[in-house]
Amino acid sequence: MSKRKMPGLTDLIEAGRPVEYHAPSKRALVAPKVWNLAVEQLAEGRWSLLGLWGEPDTVHMALLDEVRDIGVISLQCPGGRYPSVGQRHPPALRLERAASDLFGLSPQGLPDTRRWLDHGQWGVSHPLATAPQAPAAASSYRFLAAEGESLHQIPVGPVHAGIIEPGHFRFTASGETIVRLEERLGYVHKGIEGLMKGSPVDRAARLAGRTSGDSTVAYSLAFARAAEAALGVDVPRRAVWLRALMAELERLANHLGDIGAICNDAAFAIMLAHCGALREHVLRASDAAFGHRLMRDRVVPGGAASDLSEEGTVAIRSVVAEIRQRFPHLVELYDNTASLQDRTVATGRLKGELARQYAAGGYVGRASGRDFDARRSPGYPPYDELAFDVPVLQEGDVNARVWIRIREVEQSLSLVEQILERLPAGPIHVDIAGPNGPREGMAVVEGFRGDILAWLRIGEAGMVERCHLRDPSWFQWPLLETAIEGNIVADFPLCNKSFNCSYSGHDL
Amino acid sequence: MALIPELAVQGAQMVLVLLLAPLLTGFVRKVKARLQRRRGPSLIQPYRDVVRLMRKEVVLADNASWLFRVTPYLIFAATWVAAALIPTFATGLTFSWTADLIAIVALLGSARFFLALAGMDVGTSFGGIGASREVMIASLAEPAMLLIVFSLALVAGATQLSTVAAFMASPDVGLRVSLGMSLIALVIVAIAENARIPVDNPATHLELTMVHEAMVLEYSGRHLAMIEFASFLKLLLYVSLVSCVFIPWGLVTSGARPQLLLLGAVTYVGKLAVCGILLAVFETAIAKMRVFRVPDFLGVALMLALLGTLLLFVSRSL
Repeated sequence: MSKRKMPGLTDLIEAGRPVEYHAPSKRALVAPKVWNLAVEQLAEGRWSLLGLWGEPDTVHMALLDEVRDIGVISLQCPGGRYPSVGQRHPPALRLERAASDLFGLSPQGLPDTRRWLDHGQWGVSHPLATAPQAPAAASSYRFLAAEGESLHQIPVGPVHAGIIEPGHFRFTASGETIVRLEERLGYVHKGIEGLMKGSPVDRAARLAGRTSGDSTVAYSLAFARAAEAALGVDVPRRAVWLRALMAELERLANHLGDIGAICNDAAFAIMLAHCGALREHVLRASDAAFGHRLMRDRVVPGGAASDLSEEGTVAIRSVVAEIRQRFPHLVELYDNTASLQDRTVATGRLKGELARQYAAGGYVGRASGRDFDARRSPGYPPYDELAFDVPVLQEGDVNARVWIRIREVEQSLSLVEQILERLPAGPIHVDIAGPNGPREGMAVVEGFRGDILAWLRIGEAGMVERCHLRDPSWFQWPLLETAIEGNIVADFPLCNKSFNCSYSGHDL
Repeated sequence: MALIPELAVQGAQMVLVLLLAPLLTGFVRKVKARLQRRRGPSLIQPYRDVVRLMRKEVVLADNASWLFRVTPYLIFAATWVAAALIPTFATGLTFSWTADLIAIVALLGSARFFLALAGMDVGTSFGGIGASREVMIASLAEPAMLLIVFSLALVAGATQLSTVAAFMASPDVGLRVSLGMSLIALVIVAIAENARIPVDNPATHLELTMVHEAMVLEYSGRHLAMIEFASFLKLLLYVSLVSCVFIPWGLVTSGARPQLLLLGAVTYVGKLAVCGILLAVFETAIAKMRVFRVPDFLGVALMLALLGTLLLFVSRSL
């Protein structure tokens, strides 16, 4: 048995019952045995989990295998029960708890059966199940215990002293040293998946763009690409390039903001002031170019909603020139301020093996040696025609996450220049009214935080039957808990900011 | 000497520190904002904040004890008295015989003691964290401060500030290594005591990193106004102390003509401005240090002050 050739993801999918239409990758309904085989591959670290989501009677799992093939396997859940993935592959834990809250699916053997998104405030339980039920009796949330002498707990949030999103952090500390951190999220659950169900594609696209405000372009792009894949729409070349331009501007603005904010959390406010000004200029250029500072609803299924004018091009070119001139000085300031380096170097170290196990995307994974960027693999146009590097570091500390951002700012500047140089002419939008019938599509898009996965099924009359959006933060939040262990309480804000996970995108 | 004008000058000094303290804080904030290319809030924003807080209702935790309610006034009173004792523009005021360095250290120590108690009073975790960090800092800052006082006393032959200032302004002082060490130590202690960067960040919103702010998180309304005002006064106090002892030029004696007194006041404001700018520049150029590095930082102050004192035992001229 041990000499058996390892099955690839495609073998597994072929062993199952493939669905009629799923693009660009394949999806198959599999038997529990095959499901467990896939879980084994995950548990042994050969494959990565890209997402796990439910439907009233089915559970789906998106996987990435060692040859970077992507596919989806689905398992029917008679009576809502299925064998838990999380019991052998912890990254699935919270996804399974969320699917259980929304659909009433009960993973058999899941070690943690506490509710996750459902805080008992919805007035209903399992809202997306075929038959939603009355809310379960309110029970207090049991935080995981930490045992030892003179340990004390520090509850932080969900309301914080600063203006940030709500999330609760429960620290168990021994003096200043953190022994355990446990997060509790779900405070900004907006019911995006419920709202999308049964809505037309254009309304669902607008909802997708509101999942996480700072990644609106990336979310819209992920949704649009998934919808286009499902409907078999070819997007005009100019639109594809414009979308990439918007995505890079978004990345630029967010990374600049983050670099400043991380330094500000070490009370080095001058970096925040300068990076904040640069970020603001990027937003203004985006406004001039596309008519919205964050470019919300500018990426739509079928193309782009606004074209780039001559003035817009000038505005973007001038902001790129400004950043090229001023940013290197800021990087030098960051690198040469010993007191700042003392805070960021070796703080909040994330081990490479954990980053790989959790398939952490974005700067969190790349700062800990996980070389993955959805723009390159699986890749999507126009990045195959553009030249860019994916920076990877091994240290995994706050400093490494700052440096990944710095390098990505440089790469994004170059990408923006290349796109402006070679932007093709032509139409920017095509009609997406496609064939009827159940058609499924999936897309993985690189947002500034990491890879966003969008999966949807379009049913009769072109309505969205089911759509799932998986934020990169699902696999980054749990890693923050481990990265902070052994650090001191006062360093948490710095680590947290260097992860900068999304609350809204995670809570859906 | 007539008692009335004497008392008037003393009263003027007490009112002066009260009026100038928020301005100094506003000025430091303004300079910091300018250094970061921001416009920054108006210079008189701290006054407005105090007025706003005085008008607001006080929200008290259910389990707050009398200590929690009394502490803001105690802190304010102790800090105000301490600040008013330090010769700002004139020496030899009516109450200057009480202006003893050890008395000032004791007043500030009592204020801190009550603040730390109040921080723990309502039993929130942040109050506890803040109090424990504050006391850790104090356990190094206070001995350092006392050693600085000893150095000065050995040099000037008194712990009374008027005498010290008069001696420091006289040519007898000369160039002394021990005084240089004391100056550095005093500046470090002042930074730590005033919760400035790199020890604490007065502008932070991150509850987990706070020291001073964490203890006062539960305060509101006039209580918070008192505490805020006390911290404005404390900054003014330390700046006045540094300038009175180490840059005593321009100090006039209490019995001088009004014009001279006025000149002394103008000089004093000038010194405040210079120190305020230096503080802002320093804070802009440096990041906050890890909580556990603070003892190293304050340890430097303690060692310098100790060395300064020891040097004076070795040689009277060092």
